[in-house]
Amino acid sequence: MIPVSWYLTLAAILFSIGVYGFLARRNVIIMFLSIELMLNAANLNLVAVSHYLTDLRGQILTFFIIAVAAAEAAIGLGIVVALFRNKATVYADEIAQMKG
Amino acid sequence: MNLSISPEAVPLIREGIFVGLIIVTVFGALLATLAKRMTRAVLGLVVCFLGIAGIYYFLNSPFVALMQLLIYVGAVAVTICFAIMLAEPDERKLAAKTPGMAGPLAVLLGATVTWVLAGTAIKAEWMAPAVKINEGSVKDVGVSLLTTYSMVFELVSIVLLIAILGSLVIARSGRDKAEC
Repeated sequence: MIPVSWYLTLAAILFSIGVYGFLARRNVIIMFLSIELMLNAANLNLVAVSHYLTDLRGQILTFFIIAVAAAEAAIGLGIVVALFRNKATVYADEIAQMKG
Repeated sequence: MNLSISPEAVPLIREGIFVGLIIVTVFGALLATLAKRMTRAVLGLVVCFLGIAGIYYFLNSPFVALMQLLIYVGAVAVTICFAIMLAEPDERKLAAKTPGMAGPLAVLLGATVTWVLAGTAIKAEWMAPAVKINEGSVKDVGVSLLTTYSMVFELVSIVLLIAILGSLVIARSGRDKAEC
């Protein structure tokens, strides 16, 4: 029997890798990948706790989170494509019109 | 040749597979965030999602594992590939960009988050896992999706519809400008 803390630790590591990628990379698409990693870490926590509490609610909630993440992916990548058409860049530091 | 596995070896094999899945997941995540080329980053993301799907299966949740494969590996990764193809970003610039000050700060923040969360998870006194581990069967999930959570289920379909329409509208507006 693998203790639940292993899963939670793995989720924490994944979340931190996502935080690092979001803060350190300047490419909008890679920042987007990092957000997906963080969402997956949250899902992993939910499923692990659902398994250990013998409760299906965690799995159901994960299913809804995955559905909303798919919607977020569609919108986010639509924004990236529109941004590239208008500004011809996908780098967050080159989009500085609103910088004071 | 005798392929039967002795009962003592079963937990060992199970833990071996689990550790393998952890390694695959973390490797994929690192590749996704550190890769110099964007297609490699997407490949790393797919590897990470596959590892997480395996862990879901390990956690007795085949339904969530299948959803992970279908939606993340199947749909989200392909959508990101399409976005990379449509945007054709300049990858030489990606290699030239260094994180600068943000890099060490991000490492520091990430390490702090891991330390606090994992430390709490390891130190906490978890209750003993229930004797009856849930069946996690697809049937039970389906029944509760269509009875207890039927309202949320319908609302999610509306959210997805609006997201499809919204992304079409957003991605279209730039094209009009480019053409006229």
